[in-house]
Amino acid sequence: MLYRETGQFKTTYESDQRIFRIVQDRWIILAILAAALVVVPFVATPYLYTEILIPFLILSLAAVGLNILVGYCGQVSLGTGAFMAVGAYAAYNLWLRVPEINNLIVVFLFGGLMAAAVGIVFGLPSLRIKGFYLAVATLAAQFFLDWVFARVGWFTNYTASGSVAVGDLSVFGMPIATPEERYFLILGMVIFLTIVALNLVRGQIGRTWMAIRDMDIAAEIIGIRPLLVKLSAFAVSSFMIGVAGAMWGFLRLGSWEPLAFDINRSFQILFMVIIGGLGSILGSFLGAAFIVLTPILLNQIPGWLGIPMSTALISHIEFMVFGAMIVFFLIVEPHGLARMWAVFKEKLRLWPFPY
Amino acid sequence: MKLGHWMMGGAAAALLGLSMATPATAEGEQYLAGLVYRTGAYAPNGIPFANGMADYYALLNARDGGINGVKIQYEECDTGYATDRGVECYERLKNNGPTGTAYVNPLSTGITFALTEKAPVDKIPVISMGYGRSESRDGSVFQWNFPLLGTYWSAADLIVQHLGQKNGGLDKLKGKKIVLVYHDSPYGKEPIPLLQKRAEMHGFEFTPMPVTHPGVEQKATWLQIRRNRPDYVLLWGWGVMNSTSIKEAAGVGYPREQMFGVWWSGAEPDVEPAGDGAKGYNAITLQHGAGRYAVHDDVKKNLYDAGKGSTNWDDVGEVLYNRGLVNAMVGTEAIRTAMAKFGNKPMTGEQTRWGLENLDITEARLKELGFEGMLRPIKISCSDHEGARSGRIQTWDGKAWSFTSDWYTADDAVLQPMVKAAAAAYAKEKNITPVACN
Repeated sequence: MLYRETGQFKTTYESDQRIFRIVQDRWIILAILAAALVVVPFVATPYLYTEILIPFLILSLAAVGLNILVGYCGQVSLGTGAFMAVGAYAAYNLWLRVPEINNLIVVFLFGGLMAAAVGIVFGLPSLRIKGFYLAVATLAAQFFLDWVFARVGWFTNYTASGSVAVGDLSVFGMPIATPEERYFLILGMVIFLTIVALNLVRGQIGRTWMAIRDMDIAAEIIGIRPLLVKLSAFAVSSFMIGVAGAMWGFLRLGSWEPLAFDINRSFQILFMVIIGGLGSILGSFLGAAFIVLTPILLNQIPGWLGIPMSTALISHIEFMVFGAMIVFFLIVEPHGLARMWAVFKEKLRLWPFPY
Repeated sequence: MKLGHWMMGGAAAALLGLSMATPATAEGEQYLAGLVYRTGAYAPNGIPFANGMADYYALLNARDGGINGVKIQYEECDTGYATDRGVECYERLKNNGPTGTAYVNPLSTGITFALTEKAPVDKIPVISMGYGRSESRDGSVFQWNFPLLGTYWSAADLIVQHLGQKNGGLDKLKGKKIVLVYHDSPYGKEPIPLLQKRAEMHGFEFTPMPVTHPGVEQKATWLQIRRNRPDYVLLWGWGVMNSTSIKEAAGVGYPREQMFGVWWSGAEPDVEPAGDGAKGYNAITLQHGAGRYAVHDDVKKNLYDAGKGSTNWDDVGEVLYNRGLVNAMVGTEAIRTAMAKFGNKPMTGEQTRWGLENLDITEARLKELGFEGMLRPIKISCSDHEGARSGRIQTWDGKAWSFTSDWYTADDAVLQPMVKAAAAAYAKEKNITPVACN
């Protein structure tokens, strides 16, 4: 009943082609946006901004980027951390060496573009190899780029420790310093890039990606060029990951070292995509929420309940419960949290009179 | 359907919980946050350190009823040595208690770097005892950083001085080959500028060799060492990397007597796994090493005899346990110093910063505290946030650490210009106007 689309007639092509075709979906999205834009500033504490919302939003964007590559185009990648690093260091170097710009949006987009360029280069092997073999090839990107940023001093402005720091940030002359300002900048970027992603995946480009994913030989026969399609997926995916990496460095950490973008980051984002749901933008957000928030939550539960427990035990329990939850979700719904939401919607449609 | 409800309920409860994440606090108590790691790849080293800190705070509460009668409320958070988790812990804990945490020990170079950016905004001093940015001892630029009792540059300088003395003078190091095997992170890279400078000054050949985190794979590095036969190997490792290095050295037959670790590479968990292979291995200590002193008797009497200690009594007095003890001691002494000016009540971060900058732990005070023989006097000033730059070499005999050298003091004629230059570069990059120190 709650999710019934009966009576919602589409009388124009426009209404048939909009992103959210059902009115309930539009309401939910509007409610979420209103909550993020209007309610959050009134209720959020700095902790909620810097440790919950900001990491969640940035990693969601990275997951959206990776989902385009893995979920929509079917090219497995383990180089996400490296592409984030490219975005972060490219942005850092532009910010450092061309101080006249000092506009974070430009800086982030530059980071994204550089990541896209590097992504295309490391995407070239995808034209010849597939599946697990491609995953291993992208692993090369991870190790090579890690090595570059740790070894080539120019990228880190020759700091002795290899750690770089940023400060005094602004957008169009407005300073970006407080958690709230950072949150709104990130939120804006994430909303904008998510809309771009939503439109790409349902348009012609997205359809060619999915054709390649579902059966590349058949796609080739009907006239889709794998070169363009695969490399465009790598480019778009790396662009978003690069922007996410730049934001992670500039707005989340403020000071970072190559270790912030190591192989564990790649795995973390791949797990978000898998748990959230391959081939679903919503899934990227759900997966990011699950992976980012659950450990923090599990770590704090004993404190709230007032159970005295040693720090080590809390951490061990956190690992165990988190691991068990991942297994549980993958068994219950292998298609991810997004699919779970879809099933739930289907149920709501009939509720309270299921047949 | 049921599952869906369950999930939605769980998510809602989770969000509600996260949004009101403020634990109960007791009024009138001094709140202290501890970023420790009892889990993860570096836990063997993190646990004794965390135990030492917890025990010292517990000792003050049990024996003296806190600091000048203000009870300590200590809360730990496990970082797993990961920078993002460390920052999350810091943000979670920093405002707890009546005044927020008085200071923070990041216990990781990566977290120190991240918190260095936050400290001036949050007004919480960062005590990075023996680690962190070496140039942060310049208090005119790094007002909120306190790398007490030595930095990595000091530690590297002490080792070079020891090598010089072994060879009969620093000039005798000419032509010698010295290799640095280091953890490939900001921590491991810290000593490189100092060693390069020293190499220039004395004409020894310096080669840095990185080992990637976590450092269990070092075959290639040690093959190279076997081929080049350097005169000395300095080890800037951490956790499992240290014992692996020592085992590899034994494997390729490199004499352990010619190996010198930094203090992070000179504790029991670093050498014990290597068994007999570790015999003869050396490490620089910044001030103290292993062993039990007067303060340990108090710890036994007040905590372990009452069954309130955080570990086994046998582990008390290990190098890293003592490190934790000293770390808690200098922090609480800074609070005491601040209380002398601001009154006996919980101190804020800003007040504690004043206390740290005016910290003066004399020989007599060390005796009162039970640290006599363990530490040398410490005096902090605005221009010098390090306080002491001396240390001794300790050697592992297969069973225990013992001191095998005299005290050395790092040569400030070498360090001071480097600190000034690095701090000035940082100030310029960050648009910081250095405060005047007088």
